[in-house]
Parts: sequence; structure tokens; C-alpha cells
Amino acid sequence: MMNREVNKQYSSGEVLAPPTERYTVLGWLKKNLFSTWYYTLLTLVTLYVLYAVLKPTLFWALKQAEWEVVVVNLRLFMVGQYPADQIFRIWIALHLLAFTAGLAWAIWLPKARRIGAFLLLIFLGLAALPFISGFSRINWVIFVVAALIGWGLGTWKPKAMRRPLMWLLLAYFPILILLILGIEPILKIVKTNLWGGLLLTMLLAVVGITVSFPLGILLALGRQSKLPIVKGFSVLYIEIIRGVPLVTVLFMAQLMLPLFLPPQIKIDNVLRAMAGIILFAAAYMAENVRGGLQAIPKGQHEAAWALGLSGFQTMYYIILPQALRNVIPVIVGQFIALFKDTSLVAIVGLLDLLGIASTVLAQPEFIGHQREVYLFIALIYWVFSYAMSYASRRLEVALGVGER
Amino acid sequence: MSEASVVQVKTTPEDLLNLPEEKRRAAIEQKEMPIVLAHEVHKWYGNFHVLRGINMEVFKGEVIVIFGPSGSGKSTFIRTINRLEEYQKGKIIVDGIELSRDVRNIEKIRMETGMVFQQFNLFPHLTVMQNITLAPIHVRKWPKAKAEEVALQLLARVGIPDQADKYPGQLSGGQQQRVAIARALAMQPKIMLFDEPTSALDPEMIKEVLDVMIELAESGMTMLVVTHEMGFARAVADRMYFFDQGQIVESGTPEEIFTNPKEDRTKLFLSQILH
Repeated sequence: MMNREVNKQYSSGEVLAPPTERYTVLGWLKKNLFSTWYYTLLTLVTLYVLYAVLKPTLFWALKQAEWEVVVVNLRLFMVGQYPADQIFRIWIALHLLAFTAGLAWAIWLPKARRIGAFLLLIFLGLAALPFISGFSRINWVIFVVAALIGWGLGTWKPKAMRRPLMWLLLAYFPILILLILGIEPILKIVKTNLWGGLLLTMLLAVVGITVSFPLGILLALGRQSKLPIVKGFSVLYIEIIRGVPLVTVLFMAQLMLPLFLPPQIKIDNVLRAMAGIILFAAAYMAENVRGGLQAIPKGQHEAAWALGLSGFQTMYYIILPQALRNVIPVIVGQFIALFKDTSLVAIVGLLDLLGIASTVLAQPEFIGHQREVYLFIALIYWVFSYAMSYASRRLEVALGVGER
Repeated sequence: MSEASVVQVKTTPEDLLNLPEEKRRAAIEQKEMPIVLAHEVHKWYGNFHVLRGINMEVFKGEVIVIFGPSGSGKSTFIRTINRLEEYQKGKIIVDGIELSRDVRNIEKIRMETGMVFQQFNLFPHLTVMQNITLAPIHVRKWPKAKAEEVALQLLARVGIPDQADKYPGQLSGGQQQRVAIARALAMQPKIMLFDEPTSALDPEMIKEVLDVMIELAESGMTMLVVTHEMGFARAVADRMYFFDQGQIVESGTPEEIFTNPKEDRTKLFLSQILH
């Protein structure tokens, strides 16, 4: 018999809602975890592995571990041997960053309010941690307030604040370095060998990321250039750097560089490590950007040229914005890798997060506390890496990557 | 004598280039001299001889339709006029400026010629308004307000005044192509090049684009159009050129081409596309 429903005509105004699926808890379990015998088996095996791993870990972390080693040395982990009476300078840098970030958030991501609020709550939560000093508590609150002020300003006058924001972003770097390094006679110089812990890790990562990014773009453009020397140099540079491990580059920077330079010139250890990281990251960045550039259809170049735009204008207004937008996921992935790779500077003797960990473990009263210490720094690395990857996913959604 | 010389061109490049600048401009304005002159243009892709001695003169205000089988070099030829393609032999003179390797000349000519592509080639990361105003602001150095005013007028002219803030991806193919036409017109070009502007469109959208092109032709714009839309050709073309295997096989008014084609290849091709 013919099914009449099939032939039913829907009038144009009539819109049907999609069918919804509703499950009970048991129904959901059945559908997702135990639908066939091999799914059931997989579920059970996975659950058992989780149990076997988590139970002793949690038992150890909560009952046996002596977290005192972390609490007592918290300042070392955070800033290394940076003088205690100068730490306010780092806080000022952080507050300025919070202000800038709040402003940028209001202008560039006005719709992403909820994530912003969520982030601020986390920072407020940091102020409530049991083992930090009162000074840190106050500063975390100031940090959140600074972010809110920036956000408020940006929301109040988004157009007028665009230019100040740009200046702030450009000036932030020099200000950061001046604050942390110091400038006589206003701020006491703090030598770089006193920089350490998370502070050093962050500085290496942030400087590495921000400087290697434009450098990488230039190299990528250089590689596509029609000028043989520019192209040759770019290709040579990229391929050489990509062919050696970062540790080698760091050793080169630390040990070999002095051989080539006249003895009067002494470059700071931290600066050398930074240079090594930047040069290394730029080559990878260049390859990522090149991937983005090649994915732009030829018609985009042609349309821009046909309108009379110069080669530079075509790149700047048409090609790069699209290319960079398309490679955001890859670039963030590289940023995360770079952030973690900075731990290699411990090998050449810098006291970054990992380097500090080994000095802490050498303290007589804390010998044998490797688990606590390494778990703690692993957690720090994870928090920052995950935050970056989460932020990038949100950014992709906000920019509509993949749905051009 | 080669087949290419079927088409007789009266002006030589020397006639045009030997005139002093001002007289040259006046002569082009007066339609005594062609605004586009192609003289014995040859092009090779590797060993493949794509253009084999193209001669063409186009006077100000003329509408030229170029048609022919695929691979005949018609798109390649129209793209040599604003130097999206290089050519290896011959001369092309656009608006009195000789197309040479000189980058400044190329940019000058590109400012005076607008181009519309088969695949629209709108900039997907910019709004319709930004697509249209980008070149006027950065190449012609107009203030933003003026560029936007012109853009709105053009959008009204192509029949989509209310889409300025959308992104190209939110528009239909026909609307996108009309934005592309508005974008090219925003530079106030003297010559418009159309490279198969309706070939990538769904059938129901072809007419809306052709209507805009017909209006443009009637307003006196100089147009070179690569197309197989014979209705368009019949309605507004001053002359038609039939390309085959890198040569101009036949040229004439639409009347001559449709009612009395001289060459067998033209007859065959027309019988294939006019069904």
C-alpha cells in the first residue's frame, strides 16, 4: 500500500522542527557505552585502566605526598632568585598586561564576554589560594581590577581606543624588559642570572613567540620571492635550522658564539638563549606561514593586481590576512611547543622552571621529593599550554576559520 | 600569408606612440586612435604557442565580444591587456601607454582597466563595502568617506544596495559577480575586461549579471568581453572576434557574424553553441 505521508505537501509557511532525541540516563549509557559486546568490552577495559592509574596517583597526591617542598619554594618556582624586595616590578608588568588584555578583549572579542569573565574568576581564585602571601593576594585582586578597567575603557570607546591599544601592544615589550631588568637610577638593575623559574620560562616563551612571528612571516615571504638572493637565503636558513635540534642551537648560542666574537663583547646568557630560541622558532614559523600562503587561490592575487594594488599592498591587505587566519591552529600548536621547548635551556644552565626544579631538589631538606616537584611543574606547563589551545579554539570560532 | 592577417588593423604602434602625449590623448578621446591596440601579439607557454599573432584595435566606447572554443587563447589574450599574463612578442598599447616590463606602466594601466573574473575572486575576508573601497582608498588615495559614497552608488547601480555589510560568502553567485563588477567600476576605469563573467553562474542568475553589463555598455563604457552569451553580443556588441587555436579567425559586426559567417570554423562553432 502506498504511504500517504510521503506525498503530503507542506505549505510554504509550515516549518517542521527537527526531531529531538531524548534519553534517560540508562538509555544514554546503553547507547553510548554498552551498545554492542565489543563496545562493552572497550568501556570496561578503559574504565579499569583509568582506575588502575588514578587510584594510586590520587592516593599518593592526597595522602602521602609532602607538598611542603612546593609551598616553601613557591617564590623560587615563580621568579627564581629575583630579589624579594623588587618583585613588585613583576606585578606591575602583570597589571599592565591585564589592562592591555582587557582593552584588547573589549575591542577584538566583544562577543566573548563569558570566557573573559571565566578567566577573571580563575585569577580571583588564585588570590584565594591558601599558601600564598598577603602581598600576592592583594596583587591578584589588582590584576583583575586592571583587566576590568581595560575592558571597561574598551567597551566605552572601542573606536577611540584602537590606536592607544596598538601603541600599548608595541610598547609593552620594551616596558616589560625595562621593568624586569631595571633602569638606573629609578629601578635597581636585576642581573639576568637572577631571573628564573616561571618568570624566565614565560619571558623566553613570550619573547620567542612574538619576535619569531614577524621574522617567520618575512622568511616565508622571502622564500616565495622572485629575487634569487633573498629566496636563496630564506631557503638555506629555513632548511638548516629545521635540520638541527633546538638543543644544538642553544649550545651553539651558548658555547660556540663566544668563539666567533671578539673577547670584549660579552653577550648575556639569557639573551643568547633567547636569540637561539627566536632563530629556531622563526624557521618553523616560516614553514607554517608558507603553508597558509600557498593555500590562497591565485585568483586572489590576480583580483588585487587587476585593481592596481602594488605587490606589498596585495600581500598586506589581501593575502596575509587570509593566510594567517587559516594557519592559526598550526601557529598556536607551534607556540605551545615552543613554550614547552624553553625547558631545554635548563640544559645550558639557565634556571627556568625546570632548572629551578633541580636546584630545589638539591636542597638537603627536600632530597627525594622529585615526584612532588616534577608533578607541580608539569601541572604549570599543562595549565598554560591548555589555556593557549583553548584560547586558540575560541579565536578560530570568533574569526570563522574554516567557514570562509 | 598567415591566417591571422584576416583581421586588418589600420593603426600601427608607431602611429600612436609617435604622437606627442597630449595629441595622443585627444586622438583617443576623439576615437581617431584606438584606446586598446594589439599588434602581432605572440605568447608561448613553454613550447606551446598560445597566441599566434593577435591584431586588434578597440576604440573608446566600443563593446567587443570575443568568443571561441576553449583553449583558443581568448582568455589568455584578454589577460595580457592588463598584464596578468606576459606576452613574448608584439606590442599592446592601452590608453596610449605601452605595456612593457616597466612596473610603473603596468600599475598605471591596471588603474585604468577594471577586470571581472569567471570565479568572481572577491576577497572573502572583507565585507562587500571593504571589497569595493579597498583599491580606491589605497591606490587612488581617496578619503574613506568619498570611496564609501561612490561604493554605495555603484551597489545601487548593480541592483544590490542593501548588501554592503555582508561578506561575499553570504551572497549568491549572481550577487557576488555584481559586487565584483561594482568593485572594478569603483576605480573609475576607462576600459572594462570581462573574462567569462557568467560561466560559473547558475542559469537563473546569468540574466541579472548580463543586465548590469548591458546597462554598462549602453552608458558608453569601453568593454572587452570574453563570453558565449550570444544574446548579449547581439544586443550590445559593436564587433565580435572569433578565436581559434591562438588566432583571430574572423571578425565583424554581430550582424555579419550571425547571418553571414565567412569561415567554416566560425560556422561550425556557431552551430554548436546556438541550438
